[in-house]
Amino acid sequence: MNKGVLNVISNLSIAERIFRLEVEGELVGCMTQPGQFVHVKCGTGIDPLLRRPISICDVDIERRRMTMIYRAEGHGTHVLSQYVPGQPLDILGPLGEGFPIEGRKAGEHVLLVGGGIGVPPLYYLGKELKKRGVRVTFVIGFGTASQVFLEQELAELGAVHIVTIDGTAGVKGLVTDVLTEAYGLAMSEWDALYSCGPLPMLRALQDTYQAAGKEGYISLEQRMGCGIGACLACVCSVQEPGEGKKYRKICSDGPVFAFGEVQLV
Amino acid sequence: MTISAKDRLAVNLAGIKMKNPVMPASGCFGFGREYAQFYDLNKLGAVAVKATTVEERQGNPTPRVAETPGGMLNAIGLQNPGLDDVMAYELPWLGKFDQLPVIVNVAGTVTDDYIKVAERVSEAPNVAGIELNISCPNVKCGGITFGTDPKIAGQLTEEIKKVSKVPVFVKLSPNVTDVVAIAKAVETAGADGLSMINTLLGMRIDLKTRRPILANGTGGLSGPAIKPVAIRMIYEVSQQVKIPIIGMGGIQSADDVIEFFMAGASAVAVGTANFVDPLICPTIIDELETRLDQYGVQTIGELTGAGWKR
Repeated sequence: MNKGVLNVISNLSIAERIFRLEVEGELVGCMTQPGQFVHVKCGTGIDPLLRRPISICDVDIERRRMTMIYRAEGHGTHVLSQYVPGQPLDILGPLGEGFPIEGRKAGEHVLLVGGGIGVPPLYYLGKELKKRGVRVTFVIGFGTASQVFLEQELAELGAVHIVTIDGTAGVKGLVTDVLTEAYGLAMSEWDALYSCGPLPMLRALQDTYQAAGKEGYISLEQRMGCGIGACLACVCSVQEPGEGKKYRKICSDGPVFAFGEVQLV
Repeated sequence: MTISAKDRLAVNLAGIKMKNPVMPASGCFGFGREYAQFYDLNKLGAVAVKATTVEERQGNPTPRVAETPGGMLNAIGLQNPGLDDVMAYELPWLGKFDQLPVIVNVAGTVTDDYIKVAERVSEAPNVAGIELNISCPNVKCGGITFGTDPKIAGQLTEEIKKVSKVPVFVKLSPNVTDVVAIAKAVETAGADGLSMINTLLGMRIDLKTRRPILANGTGGLSGPAIKPVAIRMIYEVSQQVKIPIIGMGGIQSADDVIEFFMAGASAVAVGTANFVDPLICPTIIDELETRLDQYGVQTIGELTGAGWKR
């Protein structure tokens, strides 16, 4: 965990309201764990005041370059979308506990399920899993065809199933509609599932596969203050309170949690 | 004769010797563990730790924060591990920093809660002071209900003074008609100092859902947006009381610190700015001396009340 100034290499629109931002700097050297995030100061003034948590999409350790993909949704991300190459960007990170991949073995089949702006961290995860000889299959959902991104990049790492709510690209429906025998993705076909996306999607996945005893991990998002575990803005409750703490901080205990660890409400 | 750098920034806050006037504000720094990953906490003048209650508290549902121009709303709800845990783990851990006076923010639902917490934490070897939280706007019972009536605020202060072995600072709410009346009441009741200001009660509404963004509905506004309110209140109160004031409310720079001193503060607390820049406290401390030179001032302490002294 550290703070640094990174230089913007590029900041381009790649889909409806979706931007790909590449930055370069020493800080990137420690971004080795997929699923972590950075806390970005958008602009230098007091509006917006707080940083914005943004997931790490890809890292090139050698060249000290990191890619983030974000949606220009509110004030902060709109300010971020105005950054041009050469401009310095104040970044805190890498933060949080990412996707655990140490136990993964070559030859395993792993599902990476993403929804909307939850898709980006699955790229770095897929790359690291593939390095370990793991077979990865992506199931990524969007609202409509104009919002689809990363399809080609992900296809270089494994099979990709696109799902859109209105059916304008790929399968019509939700990501869960593809996790069936018809698509070769029945429960018996894979060893573990990693996911990032909207809460209802994560809840559906956790409810179904936790009950079935499958191994899986979900990455959560929440409005954050500090991003380092001090302000207690982004807590969630554990499913089964034991001896220890009854809550988890999404920023520092997460954002990734194993199936069954936290309540998704 | 030149005054050493050490003495230029040192302040004596109701008997608490601070090497510099800067402390992180309660609720914005946890118990220091997260920030200790960024710098040596001995660098701080003091630390005001998270509000502590008798029992563990889980706090409010999320979302607990919402941003506003130049500020943030929070409704954490006094989440904390409870008195036993604070005594067993948090305060001893802070004890590793041998040059760091600790001020514990004490909260509760009824008077007895405040007494229990104040009595025990004031016995911890590294606790230099207590900050009586009668101004939290985000809990249904206790908190601000003690801080809006001069009589009730005075009575609680008196009870705490009986049991505390360390100086008692009363943290005042800006959500009152006459802050001077509350300040005078707690001074008369024996308070050793004041902390001001706590957050201003506010709200934001989500345009898509048509509902308040915070799950709690309302929240406390902090950050640079509230600085003028804090400056005004400290300016008014410091002329009416003799006890020292820890000034807070949107401090982001050494210049802000100087402005709070001129308004009447004798030390300052930095809150929301820690979330934006975890290194903000040491940065401000490092900048302070240069700024004193620039304004032709020998010691920070001589600036207290410079804004109204004739």
